[in-house]
Amino acid sequence: MPINHPNLHLTQLAGAIPAWSGNIKPDDLQPICRNVHDGGGRLVALWGSDDREQGNGYSLHIALVNEAGLICLSVPLPAGQPGYPDVSSIFPVANRMQRATYDLLGIYAHEGQDHRKWLRHGAWHGGSFPLRKDFDAAQSLTDDADNYPFVQVEGQGVHEIAVGPVHAGTIEPGHFRFSVVGEKMLRLEERFGYTHKGIEKRFESMSLQQGAKLAGRVSGDSTVAYAWAYAMAAESIAAVTPPERALWLRALFLERERIANHLGDLGYLGNDVALSFGFTQFWILKEQVLRNNGALFGHRYLMDSIIPGGVAADLTEPGKRTLFEECSLLEREVRVLRGIYEEHAGLQDRFIGAGRIEPRLAAQLGLCGLAGRASSQAWDTRVQFPCAPYDQLDVQMATYRNGDVAARVIVRFDELFESLRLQREILGRLMPGGELSLPLEKLPALGFGAGMVEGWRGEVLVAIHTDTDGNLARVHPHDPSWQNWPALEHAILGNIVPDFPLINKSFNLSYSGQDL
Amino acid sequence: MYQLIKQIIKTGIKTDAAPLPDEALRVTTQRLHEEILHVFGSALNIRHVDAGSCNGCELEIHSLSNAYYNIEGLGIKFVASPRHADMLLVTGPVSRHMVTALRRTFDATPEPKLVVAIGECACNGGIFCSNDGSPDGGGESYASCGRVANVIPVDVVVGGCPPTPTAILQGILTAVSAQKQ
Repeated sequence: MPINHPNLHLTQLAGAIPAWSGNIKPDDLQPICRNVHDGGGRLVALWGSDDREQGNGYSLHIALVNEAGLICLSVPLPAGQPGYPDVSSIFPVANRMQRATYDLLGIYAHEGQDHRKWLRHGAWHGGSFPLRKDFDAAQSLTDDADNYPFVQVEGQGVHEIAVGPVHAGTIEPGHFRFSVVGEKMLRLEERFGYTHKGIEKRFESMSLQQGAKLAGRVSGDSTVAYAWAYAMAAESIAAVTPPERALWLRALFLERERIANHLGDLGYLGNDVALSFGFTQFWILKEQVLRNNGALFGHRYLMDSIIPGGVAADLTEPGKRTLFEECSLLEREVRVLRGIYEEHAGLQDRFIGAGRIEPRLAAQLGLCGLAGRASSQAWDTRVQFPCAPYDQLDVQMATYRNGDVAARVIVRFDELFESLRLQREILGRLMPGGELSLPLEKLPALGFGAGMVEGWRGEVLVAIHTDTDGNLARVHPHDPSWQNWPALEHAILGNIVPDFPLINKSFNLSYSGQDL
Repeated sequence: MYQLIKQIIKTGIKTDAAPLPDEALRVTTQRLHEEILHVFGSALNIRHVDAGSCNGCELEIHSLSNAYYNIEGLGIKFVASPRHADMLLVTGPVSRHMVTALRRTFDATPEPKLVVAIGECACNGGIFCSNDGSPDGGGESYASCGRVANVIPVDVVVGGCPPTPTAILQGILTAVSAQKQ
């Protein structure tokens, strides 16, 4: 068993990764979380569901991860007073997730320190909850202004800079409130939820197949990771394994997504320190990857290439040769560019020491994914819980301990070369022929499944609950940005305002993925 | 420095030819005089607004700046403020939380101005909205106002999920071209 606790009875879920689920009482929530925390485990996701149609109240669900695997716990709550013990005192990262769960479903944490709204601005009024099954949109709409109570910093010479939601660059909307003295940042407070477009509610009216398309659009830059996690959750409920060829192709798509995004970020990080040469060069390479995707798989970002039961795109033998050539080109060019970046004094001067998160703080905050690995947090789903075909690929995890912009650049370079190696390996093992998918029309009734995939940014989790007819009752997509956005508020401390765009870019977190 | 210059020379020029305007993308008649279009056509400033997209369309807008599409080579520039802009490029279904920001950005853009809606969601609400109820597929939900035209006037729409950089460029060039009869 992944956790030992007298009141905990876990059932292992079928599927690609080691995962368990079980019900617990509210009183056992904190001791179990403490147990996982003290054993070096982390909180991955927290969400809620309205189970009143099944004759119950509401449920709180949390996904924890430790060295054994993924542990999904459900805490049934009474319909009258759906409160649960606060988890954020053990896992600080739970803070925003608990607040968002209240905004959307009306279940709340007792004793929590922070009860401000999170995803709700003014689009629906405070007493109504969109994810309740009896939510009436027409009765709930308001045009209230947001009026979010930011924390004020007082003192001589302190002033605020308010940025967003519409930013200066071509990026997603969000609000940053800086408190500064001169150029030095004393505090940053983030305000998100601007791109909240009701994704979780939308899933509930969709078929399994439509849901796969929506999952691929939770965060457009991670479409492969989301589509795979969604398919993995569905396949776990149905207890089916896709054909081998489909699994190899999925890994190929996921590594190509990582390659494209890392190339893009490395280019922008050069651009943000005024080396536009870096942008030009890396984006030529990224464009070549995207064009190959378009020509070989029919979509530049591989959207809708992964479906429940398998994949919807195939690779021909000539296509394979194109990708081998692409590998050689990228390996050669990126090596030259890495040398130029490493020897460029002006660039290194801006990278080194900027936006540092020490490993200790990273562990406390539960930093994950690429940014976590740059601060010694050695978590990579492909390495720890290698689902097929990663179990045959022996992925080398890239970690670094400095936790600054330079470290996040180094991790990107290392992962880029590793992904190119993996792509070669996958292409070499992908034999011609074989089925691409198995039929998966409908899921069993009252099922639960979870899928977790290491996207380029970090671990993406999708949880699916089905109703008595096997339809989607509740789907929760979780982005690693939930974990890493709060860390950015720490990373900028003591840095100067002009370094914020660089530090922010070095994390490159998703707004849409956490706004839902 | 030697390596850097060597790399630039070795890379050469990658830019593709720009696409021609496409009248099919235009949703309202051209409002601007030809003299203004002539100026816009050779020096156009664009402010991008993400009104609730998944970030997919943003990826392709970024691609416009790469060496293949080389949008700055056509005299088109992305600017940091709507007050400097001639055109708004709007993506996403308009989330209810972005309505005020989008309207204010539109109001802050000086006349004469153009609006190009980028991507399926900006055209009809896309996958995030149920299009069954409304007569013309405006696509609204509790969290989303649907297509951009529901909130601010739109001149040209470019569908696709996400549209290719060439399609986006074509939409922009259509908006600043004189309408063909």
